[in-house]
Amino acid sequence: MLKAILSQIISLYRICLHLFAKADTVQYPEEMPYLAPRYRGRIVLTRDPDGNERCVACNLCAVACPVDCIALQKTEDEHGRWYPEFFRINFSRCIMCGMCEEACPTYSIQLTPDFEMCEYDRQNMVYEKEHLLISGQGKYPGYSFYNVAGKAIKDKDKGEALNEAQPIDIKSLLP
Amino acid sequence: MEELTIFLVIYGTLLGAFGAAAVLVWFERRLLGFWQDRLGPNRVGPFGIGLALADVIKLLAKEDWVPPFSDRLVFIFAPTAVVITMLLGFAVVPYTEHLFIADLNIGLLFFLGMTSLAVYSVLLGGLGSHNKYALLGGLRSAAQMVSYEVFMGLSLMGVVMISGSFSLVDIVKTQAENGWFVISQFFGFIVFLMAGIAESHRLPFDLPEAEHELVAGFHTEYSGMKFGLFMLGEYLSLILISSMITTIFFGGWLGPSFLPDLVLDFVPPIIWFFAKTGTCICFFILLRAAIPRPRYDQLMSFGWKLLLPLTLVNLLITGAVLLWL
Repeated sequence: MLKAILSQIISLYRICLHLFAKADTVQYPEEMPYLAPRYRGRIVLTRDPDGNERCVACNLCAVACPVDCIALQKTEDEHGRWYPEFFRINFSRCIMCGMCEEACPTYSIQLTPDFEMCEYDRQNMVYEKEHLLISGQGKYPGYSFYNVAGKAIKDKDKGEALNEAQPIDIKSLLP
Repeated sequence: MEELTIFLVIYGTLLGAFGAAAVLVWFERRLLGFWQDRLGPNRVGPFGIGLALADVIKLLAKEDWVPPFSDRLVFIFAPTAVVITMLLGFAVVPYTEHLFIADLNIGLLFFLGMTSLAVYSVLLGGLGSHNKYALLGGLRSAAQMVSYEVFMGLSLMGVVMISGSFSLVDIVKTQAENGWFVISQFFGFIVFLMAGIAESHRLPFDLPEAEHELVAGFHTEYSGMKFGLFMLGEYLSLILISSMITTIFFGGWLGPSFLPDLVLDFVPPIIWFFAKTGTCICFFILLRAAIPRPRYDQLMSFGWKLLLPLTLVNLLITGAVLLWL
């Protein structure tokens, strides 16, 4: 009993000392809080070092999304390279969980430390590809999916990617 | 002249109490903010003090809705009871030796009676709402306030024994000779403090409201200015209990006797009174910030098994000392 009372008095004293502690909160609109680069905010689509879209329309982000806020349609260019015909994120559904970023095989979809996305019109929360696509490479500079993937595209045949061996001719009998 | 003074004191008390209660809404939030490492409300006006005014305007402008299923008369009467009784309680508070509304020779009993009547507000509010949560809150408060009333009265009897009077002015005058009662009646002070928190149902003894379990307890169905009156009553009782603790245990308008006479002569007595009351209010807010709410049965057993014996022993020892020493 005495111990319990003592602990209450100690907690009173310690809380009282917090009068002199610096506040953990900041005056938000005037003073912006520091947000880490890994903060999960507004979603963007990034480009590879050559300035092409990284997205290959594999649909993994749409599958991983727990609230089904991502919609996209795959299409190809004349060289067989995949890209999304449209890419739509409904931010009024998005819960900023980052599952799409984890699922993305090409580092295309990324979350940014921006959370100020208020809109007066609900329809404005639906972002199309031109709103999502940024001109830079985001958090993973220098990464280009097709340079390390085995898939043949324009100006790069099979076996020419980084760290890739030439394909073996399985029909040949030579050693 | 005499009547004019009384008139001024009455209206000063009324305005002061209402104003202080409104400012306390802001002050409490700000202090809680500091203690919880936040900034607290600081946007409206200098230091955010305009929040008090904004809050009042909001409460007054809100729709005054009486639920169709409630007991209309009781529902409307309940919030007024607490404000009326608490304001009546201020009648016996002596601000200085000559500045008070009434120096009743039963001042202490009057104060106890008025705080007891405030139970009706909570009880009728809970009963008249016809709401489960409100009823539970009313039920709890009835048991809590009735049982804490017992120790509240008993804890003051030691003070009454020493000073030999129920008049609050006489009690303070006794303290000028004997030293503050917080020293000689320490256990009485502790019990009165606890009972005072329970009486004004402030945290940590706010079980009638207990927003985590009972939505808002007895005032679940209240909105607008009727809720505002409950809120006002709570802050008024906070101020009243604080000024009572100051008067009874901390020497009212008397300055601390260890200070040099120069300081005591220079500072007017009313400053001492308000400074002590303010400190006491801050302590109540600190309690809210620091102490978790006990369970309902813990509250009751704490009262009956610890505070009641403590008061009785205190009473016994005080009586023995007065009789034989």
